Amino acid sequence: MPDIAKRKTDIGPPHYEQFLPPVIKANYGKWKYHEIPRPGVLVHVGESGDRLYTVRAGSPRLLSVQTIREICDLADKYCGGYLRFTSRHNIEFLLSDPANVDPLVADLAAAGFPVGGIGNALSNIVHTQGWIHCHSAATDASGIVKALMDELIGRFTSTDLPGKLRVALACCVNMCGAVHCSDIAILGIHRRPPKVNHERLPKVCELPTVVASCPTAAIRPVRKDGKETVEVAEELCMFCGNCYTVCPAMPLNDALNDGVSIWVGGKVSNARSEPAFSKLAIPFLPNNPPRWPEVVGAVTKLVDVWAANARPYERMGEWIERIGWPRFFRLTGIEFTKQHIDDFRHAETTFRRSVHLKG
Amino acid sequence: MSDERPTPKLDELETGPWPSFVREMKRAAEGNAMADQLLGVLELSYDDRVGHWKHGGVVGVRGYGAGVIGRYSDVPEQFPEVAQFHTMRVNHPAGWFYKTDALRKVCDIWEKHGSGLTNLHGATGDIILLGTKTDSLEPAFAELTENGFDLGGSGSVVRTPSCCVGPARCEWACFDTLALTYDITRHYQDEIHRPSLPYKFKIKSSGCPNDCVAAIARADLSVIGTWRGAIEVDQAAVGAYAAAGLDVRADVCDRCPSKCMVWDGRALDIDNGACARCMHCINAMPKALRPGKERGACILIGGKAPIVSGAMLSSVLVPFMKLEPPYTELKELIGKILELWGDEGKNRERVGEFIQRVGLGNFLEAIGLEPKPEMVRNPRENPYVFYEEYFEEDSK
Repeated sequence: MPDIAKRKTDIGPPHYEQFLPPVIKANYGKWKYHEIPRPGVLVHVGESGDRLYTVRAGSPRLLSVQTIREICDLADKYCGGYLRFTSRHNIEFLLSDPANVDPLVADLAAAGFPVGGIGNALSNIVHTQGWIHCHSAATDASGIVKALMDELIGRFTSTDLPGKLRVALACCVNMCGAVHCSDIAILGIHRRPPKVNHERLPKVCELPTVVASCPTAAIRPVRKDGKETVEVAEELCMFCGNCYTVCPAMPLNDALNDGVSIWVGGKVSNARSEPAFSKLAIPFLPNNPPRWPEVVGAVTKLVDVWAANARPYERMGEWIERIGWPRFFRLTGIEFTKQHIDDFRHAETTFRRSVHLKG
Repeated sequence: MSDERPTPKLDELETGPWPSFVREMKRAAEGNAMADQLLGVLELSYDDRVGHWKHGGVVGVRGYGAGVIGRYSDVPEQFPEVAQFHTMRVNHPAGWFYKTDALRKVCDIWEKHGSGLTNLHGATGDIILLGTKTDSLEPAFAELTENGFDLGGSGSVVRTPSCCVGPARCEWACFDTLALTYDITRHYQDEIHRPSLPYKFKIKSSGCPNDCVAAIARADLSVIGTWRGAIEVDQAAVGAYAAAGLDVRADVCDRCPSKCMVWDGRALDIDNGACARCMHCINAMPKALRPGKERGACILIGGKAPIVSGAMLSSVLVPFMKLEPPYTELKELIGKILELWGDEGKNRERVGEFIQRVGLGNFLEAIGLEPKPEMVRNPRENPYVFYEEYFEEDSK
């Protein structure tokens, strides 16, 4: 146990400045423009005329310390030891010598890291922990992402899509990450109410907190066999899992009924159209490890149909806005069902309140 | 382990062109029993299609109430090495910049005290050190702080602030996202490490309206760079884009949401008063156009994922704020919000949901901000208006 007197706390993160390469320090805040000389490579040009080359490589997000050291070896060899990561789990190597770009890309290829994800391309899939580490996961995250990126890697390493393509996966509706505003969102869903463990609940949970946790007031306090516990009005449950997060005696994982839903047309950028939520495309697909063929097939189809039909710069949602949802469902062959019609708060704002009906 | 306990389903995910997380787990497993048994737990999940983790039980380092996610296996007899498998969230450097010596240090610490598995990075931005035992938390923390790293946030705290690459490598940054993020992270150390709020409070900063860290969707307080005045235009460079094959009329002017620009083949004429500052034209022609010279940020509030009462995007709180050290105006604003919501918010009610409950007008009044038309898409349509003040007959 370390000496309390010497114990350091609240020091905050290391200062970023010590990690900036000299070319960035010299041109900080004085960049003039950038270009994409080839897929996965950026060149930023400063007012000074200095050039900074960035090589972006995809990673599985889950990294062993052994692999991180290999990545560091490459940064030492080509970048003076400077590198960064993006908000979408990509690795970025920062180079000042253009002669190092080709050898770095070759070394990355040899080490199994694809270079891409810049411009009109698919970037890496933002994702959550899934069955590797999460208690409320309705599906795995890394497995689906790996299976899907194996299929879509060509969309990562090229730049011939109509616009940017941002795909994200969350393993439950807690949605760690901005899944709900993605071109394509893959969302793990539960479909059965929590199963109350009446033995355990009084010991590990606070009753008022559990009751108050339910957004639809489906949880009521009840006395069972002399124990203060709760019951769930199952017809009111929308499977959000908030009660399970505050009370571990209410698990709602269900191997038969948990699965994946697919959402489309969201974005966070303000460019052209305003930021928007993703909308439901496919209510349910089964968990089918290790390669989730139903999910991979559905997402690949969505990407292909959008890529074939959208105009330059049209993100998924902008394309759908132009052609209309009826045509989207026809073109993708997805069935429109009762589940597609919202029935939570403000549902009526999503109803078509005009006769502007596109063919 | 693979000899005694085969992992055929995971092995399948070692094949294919995209880098494999299973390979990462197996690499870590070569010298680490926790990583080894994690493979077994995951294969079990792939067989029976449910997760095998339980939450609950408060674990952490002394004096902090955040930064460690307690995690326990629900099959501890089968996999005793991961019976406890807690995650440490380590506050990343702003913009996720590293030098390799610092990153190698983190690797050494985690090889010694944890599973040897990480996420670079977690959704909020932290370095995620995945899986260790309760007794290893304090020694790991001591070595992290000894090497200049500290834990980030978890639970009902100000979460680890994060930002885009900003002026370090982007010509569009309208304020110094890294400097602001570092400054407020230091400023809120107590609020990050010791839970004192109704629920989580996330602060994210993007240097321009492209919003590369998804601040508007994920942050309770979203700081998004913007500018005032005219877009800077290099007409010759616009001409060069046109000459190189860009259809300036169709792909730039016609895609402008405010239809504020005209290209006649020689010059690009922008009606800056009508410009919504969306970034499209600048994105399309980075050599020719730049954000205007008077730069700052729009401050928005309330973004969140669905839990509990539905997903929300942040909405405008301060249309334009200059952001220069020591960021007094922003810190005072955040202070008022945390105080009000900290006092009045319900357990697990995010600030966006709190505003929904009390009304944006009342919220503004309580934190001392004037209502502005920029805050709404349109004025109210419903005629049920609350009034606290009204006229009374003169009693004289």
